[in-house]
Amino acid sequence: MAAGTALEAMNRSTANEIAGEEFSAVVIKHRPQIFRFLLSSTRDPDLSETLTQECFLKAHRNWGSFRGESSAMTWLMRIAINLQKDHWRNRRLQFWRHTQTHAVNLDEASDWLPSGERSQEQQLLAKERVRQVGEAVEGLSERQRTVFLLRYVEEMELSEIARATGINEGTVKAHLSRALAKVRAELGGRR
Amino acid sequence: MSFKDRIADESTVSGVGKFAGELGELDEAVSDFRLSVHVWSEAAISRPRTVVGAGRRGVWRLAAAWALGCFLVAGSVSGGVYEHLHRQQLARIAAARVAEQQRVAAQQARQEEEDLLAKVDSDISREVPSAMEPLAQLMAEDESK
Repeated sequence: MAAGTALEAMNRSTANEIAGEEFSAVVIKHRPQIFRFLLSSTRDPDLSETLTQECFLKAHRNWGSFRGESSAMTWLMRIAINLQKDHWRNRRLQFWRHTQTHAVNLDEASDWLPSGERSQEQQLLAKERVRQVGEAVEGLSERQRTVFLLRYVEEMELSEIARATGINEGTVKAHLSRALAKVRAELGGRR
Repeated sequence: MSFKDRIADESTVSGVGKFAGELGELDEAVSDFRLSVHVWSEAAISRPRTVVGAGRRGVWRLAAAWALGCFLVAGSVSGGVYEHLHRQQLARIAAARVAEQQRVAAQQARQEEEDLLAKVDSDISREVPSAMEPLAQLMAEDESK
């Protein structure tokens, strides 16, 4: 009986260790992507870092309940999307706590575009286009923005986006289509 | 499916990519946007974070919260005291006013009573003939004779 209990405890600790190692690997693999999605959504590096940490903390707490029905990335992205939603909801309610926003402006965000082999003029044009896309993305509804960023920045498949956002694939397509139309209008309107 | 094909496929749903030129531009702009976000994110994730600033901000926030709390408590206490004193003063003024009104009313009543008595006295004095008047008349007649 005692030997059985000791064996069970050993098995449990081994399982915990394996789960811990698995989770560490998941964090190392997916942290940059989660951070990138949150950064492109909020344009606030500090807030993105905080939300990324919260996302992995929440994921760690619920790691046992993750059944692998979707990929770990999709599951983490779903948590990140929900955290972001909660954050904005709380912020709207607690506007008196944080009146200051640390979001980087669009000009600064477009400065990160690498020059590559472009001429100076082409580089300036490309920066302007990036700024316009950024403005268009900012003007999208929350859902359209999320879908657009997951598709064109994170390059996720439609089925993965549907699972991460909790909406069906047809609706994802419709949101993408509208988002693209707005981006196009922004690019066309400023020409 | 390549990135370009993906945009072409999805933009056709809304009629976005009707013209090849437009589609090329949209594709390029979105690609550049993606690239800039990737580079920015890589730079942001590896930058050192300033914890001191956050701590100092926290201390300032705490101090500001305490100052605001003290100000509110002091304000509400002094407001309460002021209100109490103000009410006492109002009560004193009201009591003085009532006393004054009562005094005036009493004085008025006394005056009316005195006036009434005086009127009664004068009325009575006119109606009752003087007891010595006939004698006085006789004396006056004698003197004239």
